[in-house]
Amino acid sequence: MSRKKFRDGSLKGWLYLLPALLFLGAFMVYPLIDVFIYSFEEGYNSASQTYFGIGSYNYAYVLHDPYFLQAVKNTFLLVIITVPLSTGIALLISVGLNSIKPLRNLFQTVYFLPYVTNTLAVGLVFMILFKKTAYSDGFINLILHWFGQGPIDFIDGPYWAKMFVLCFYTIWVVMPFKILILTSALASVNQEYYRAARVDGTSGFRIFMRITLPMISPMIFYLIITGFIGAFKAYSDVVALFGTDLNGAQMNTIVGYIYDMLYGDSGGYPSYASAAAILLFAIVLTITCINLLISKKSVND
Amino acid sequence: MEVVLQNLTKKFPSRDRKSRHEVIAVNDFTFQIPDGKLIGLLGPSGCGKSTTLNLISGLEKPTHGRIFFGGDDVTDLPPENRGIGLVFQNYALYPHLTVKQNILFPLQNLKGKDKLSKEAMLEKAMEAAKMVQIDELMDRKPSQLSGGQQQRVAIARALVKMPRVLLLDEPLSNLDARLRLQTREEIRRIQRETGITTIFVTHDQEEAMSISDLIVVMREGVALQIGKPQEVYDSPANLFVAKFLGTPPINLFNGRVKEGRIYIGEDPVLEIKGEEDGEVYVGVRPEGFVPDRKGALCCKLKGIEVMGRDISIVSENPSSLNPTVRAIIGTENKLNLEQEAWGEENEVRFSLIPHKVFLFDRETEERIQFEERGL
Amino acid sequence: MERKTDYDQIEKRAKGRRMAVRTVTYVLLTIWAVMVLFPFYWMLLTSVKSYGAYNSEYIPKFFTLSPTMENYVDAFTTVSLGKYLANTLIFTVITTGIMLFVVILAAFAFARLEFKGKNIVFLIFLSLMMIPNELVIITNFVTVTNLDMRNTFQGLILPSVMSVFYIYLLKENFEQIPDGLYRAAKVDGTSDLKYLLKVMIPISRPTLITITILKVIECWNSYVWPRLITDDPDYYLVSNGIQEIRENGFGRENIPAMMAAVVVISVPLILLFLVFRKKVMEGVARGGTKG
Repeated sequence: MSRKKFRDGSLKGWLYLLPALLFLGAFMVYPLIDVFIYSFEEGYNSASQTYFGIGSYNYAYVLHDPYFLQAVKNTFLLVIITVPLSTGIALLISVGLNSIKPLRNLFQTVYFLPYVTNTLAVGLVFMILFKKTAYSDGFINLILHWFGQGPIDFIDGPYWAKMFVLCFYTIWVVMPFKILILTSALASVNQEYYRAARVDGTSGFRIFMRITLPMISPMIFYLIITGFIGAFKAYSDVVALFGTDLNGAQMNTIVGYIYDMLYGDSGGYPSYASAAAILLFAIVLTITCINLLISKKSVND
Repeated sequence: MEVVLQNLTKKFPSRDRKSRHEVIAVNDFTFQIPDGKLIGLLGPSGCGKSTTLNLISGLEKPTHGRIFFGGDDVTDLPPENRGIGLVFQNYALYPHLTVKQNILFPLQNLKGKDKLSKEAMLEKAMEAAKMVQIDELMDRKPSQLSGGQQQRVAIARALVKMPRVLLLDEPLSNLDARLRLQTREEIRRIQRETGITTIFVTHDQEEAMSISDLIVVMREGVALQIGKPQEVYDSPANLFVAKFLGTPPINLFNGRVKEGRIYIGEDPVLEIKGEEDGEVYVGVRPEGFVPDRKGALCCKLKGIEVMGRDISIVSENPSSLNPTVRAIIGTENKLNLEQEAWGEENEVRFSLIPHKVFLFDRETEERIQFEERGL
Repeated sequence: MERKTDYDQIEKRAKGRRMAVRTVTYVLLTIWAVMVLFPFYWMLLTSVKSYGAYNSEYIPKFFTLSPTMENYVDAFTTVSLGKYLANTLIFTVITTGIMLFVVILAAFAFARLEFKGKNIVFLIFLSLMMIPNELVIITNFVTVTNLDMRNTFQGLILPSVMSVFYIYLLKENFEQIPDGLYRAAKVDGTSDLKYLLKVMIPISRPTLITITILKVIECWNSYVWPRLITDDPDYYLVSNGIQEIRENGFGRENIPAMMAAVVVISVPLILLFLVFRKKVMEGVARGGTKG
C-alpha cells in the first residue's frame, strides 16, 4: 500500500516538477553557489581555469577600483534622484487621472506605452533629442535656445548634463509601472470614505492627505522598494544613451561594471565581477531591509 | 444495487503537528443499503457523513473495512470503475464547457469496449438532460444558468453514465428556500423514475426526513440510528438524535423519576410503570404539550406567536435546559387555549401527550423506554 | 431673499473652482502625454526624412513635407535588420514555449498533486524569486562559454527560460479552481494529465495569456544576456542589433535610417500591447516589473 502510494503520489509530483527543477538548478541554484566561490578565488584565470588561492582580494580590488567607485557614485545619484521624483510625479498624475472621466482610457493607454517599448531603441531616440553634433544642436537645445540658454552637449558634455539625461530617461521608462499601480490603488479606495468626508465639509487637500494617502500608502511603499531595486540595477538605459564604453563616458553603473568585468574590452575577470555582484546584492538587500523597516513603522503608526 | 458497508473506518492524520492523534472521521460503520432506495445521511458538520460518501465514491480509501456493491467488493476499485455518479455541493460544473459538453465529459472518458460513438454519446446526453428538464439549455455555459439549473446539469452529468449508485453531497444547500423545496421533490422523482440506489448527505434534517426512504443519523463518525424517517423521529435512540430531529427542536428538562412518576421540577407530569428512581432528562416534542388548566406542568408565559397554521406558546420553566419552552398548538385549539390554559399571574399549564415524551439517561444519554400508567 | 443670493454666490464660486481644477488637471495630463508621445513622434518623423534633408537641418524641423521610405529600405538592406528580427522572433517563440511547458507542469504539481517535500521545494522556489539576475548571470556566462554554446540559440534560450514568478502566479490561479472539479473529474475517470489539459488549462487561459504576453515583452526587449553570449551578428537580437547599428552600422551618422530601424523593432510590441491592452496592464499590475 505504501509503496503504491509512493508511486502514485510522490513520484508523479516530482516528475511534473522535474523540468523546472532542472532549469532552476542549472541556471539559478548552481550559479548562486558558484558566484560566491568565484568571488573568493584569487587570481582566477578564465583561460586556464586556475586560481592562486582563497581570500578577499577580489573584494579589495573592486573596492579600490576607481571605475567601481565611479559606478557606485553614479548608481546612488541615479537612485536618490529618480525614485522619489518618479514616485511623486506618478502620484500626481494618478490622482489627476483618477479625477477625470472623459479621455481617461486614452491617457492611461498613452502613459503605458514606454513599458512595452524596447529600452535600447527608445534610448536611441532620447540620445538624438539631447545630442549636440556638428550639424545640429538637437531638439532639446532648440527649446533651451527659445529660453535664451546656450547649447549644452547632454551626451558627451559635462557630467551633470549627462546625469540629467540619464535621470530623465530613467523616469520616463519607469513611469508606466508606477502610474498603473497607483491608479489601480486609488481606484480601489472605497468611494464611501470620500462621500463621508465631503458631507463633513472636508477640503480636497485634507481628503487627500488624511484619507487617500494613508489608504494607498502600502502601494507607495511597494513602489519605492521596487523602484530602489530597479534603479540599483540600471544598465540598459545607460547603454542606450551613452553607448557601451561607459567607463570612458564616466557614466557606468554597478551592473555595467559587473558586465564590463565579465566581458567586453576590459573583460575576462569573473572573480572581480562576482565580487562586485555580491557587493551590489548586499547593498540592495540592506536598502530593501531599511525600506521595509521604515514602511512597517509608518504603516503601523 | 444493494450497497453494503462493512466495518468501514477512516482515520486521518492530525492537522496539528504536535499531537500525534489521528482524527477518526468514520468509525466502524456497518450498514446495508437496500436496492433502489433513497438514503439520507444526516448529521451536523464534521460528523463524517461526507467522508462516508467519499469512501463509497472511491475518492478516498478506507483505513479498514470493505465496501460491496451488490456482492462485488469495490473497496480497491478507483472511482471511475465503480459505476457511481456524484453530485457536488457546489455542482463542480466545468466553467469553460457548455452544458452539453459538461454532460458529455464523463462519456468521453470511457475507454476500450465501453467507448461510445459520437451519436450514441449525444443521445445519452440528451436523454439525461431531458430527465432533468434542461434539454433547452444545452448550449449555455454554466455561468449563464441559475443555481437550480446548474444543479440539474450536475445531476444530469452524474446520471449520464447510468450509474449503479448515485451519490449527492449536500445537493440543496446552495439553493434558496423555494428552489430547495422544488428541487428535493425533483430528486425524489428522478430517483423513483430511474430506480437507482441513491445516497445523499445533508445537515438539514427536514430535507432528509422529507424525501428519504431511510435516514442514517451520524455523529463523530458513528451511525447513531438508522431507520425510516418517521420511526426515527417518533422513537429516537438517544438524546442526540432526539435533539437533532424536529423543528422547532425538542424541549429538554432536568427531571427525575420517583415512585412511578416523572417529575419536572416539583410537577409530576406523567405516571409510569416499573421504572427505577433517579435523575433523568425529560424530552418533550413541541406538539406534545396540551394547554390544560388542570395540567401538571406549570410554566411562565412569555408570549404567543401566531404562525397561521398553528400557534407557538413560548414560556419559561426553571427546569428547562433550553432558554424557553416552545409548545405548538393547532389553531383549532385557540378557543380552548384562551379558556383553559391560563392560571394565575401569566401562568400557563400543560398536560403532556405520553408518546411525545422521552426519557434519557443522564450519564449515557441513551433513551430509557418506559410504559405509561395513565393519569 | 438675501440668503438665496448667498447660495447662488457660493454655487458660482464652487463651480468656478471646479472648472479651474479640472482645467489644470487636463493641462498637466496632456503635458505628460506629450512627453510620452513626443519621442515616438520624433522617431517616426526622423525615419521618413531623407538623409540629406535631415543633415541639412541645423534647426530641426517638426514636420516634413516630403516623406520618404528609403530609410526603411536601407534599414533592411545596409544592415541585417531582417536577420535580427528573425532571430528575436525565434528566440521569443521558443523561450516562451519552453517556459509555458515548464511553468504549467510545475504549477500543476504545486497546486494539485500531493508529494513529500512539496512545501519545502515551494519555499525554495519562492526565495529564488528574490535572487537578482546579476548574481547568477556570471556563472551562466561561464557555463555557456564552457559548453561551447556561445553564438547559438541554445545558449541564448536555455538560461532565459525560467521565471519563478510565473510558476507562483499560475499556481495561485490553479488553486482557485474549486476542488470539486477535480473530484468530479476523478469520478469520471479522468487522469491527472487529462484533467490538466482539458480542465485546468482552459479555465486558466486568461492567466496563461497574461504570462505569455509578459514573457514575450521580456524576450523581445532582452539585451544583457544576448549581449554577453553573442558576438556574431548572425545571432544578434534586435536590442543588440540596434546597439550594433548605433556603433558601427550606417556609417554612424545616418540617423534617419537608424530611426527607421527603431520604428521597425518597436512596432510589433506596440501592436501587441494595443490588441491586448487590458491583459497586459492587468498582468503588469499583478506583479510584473520591468527587467
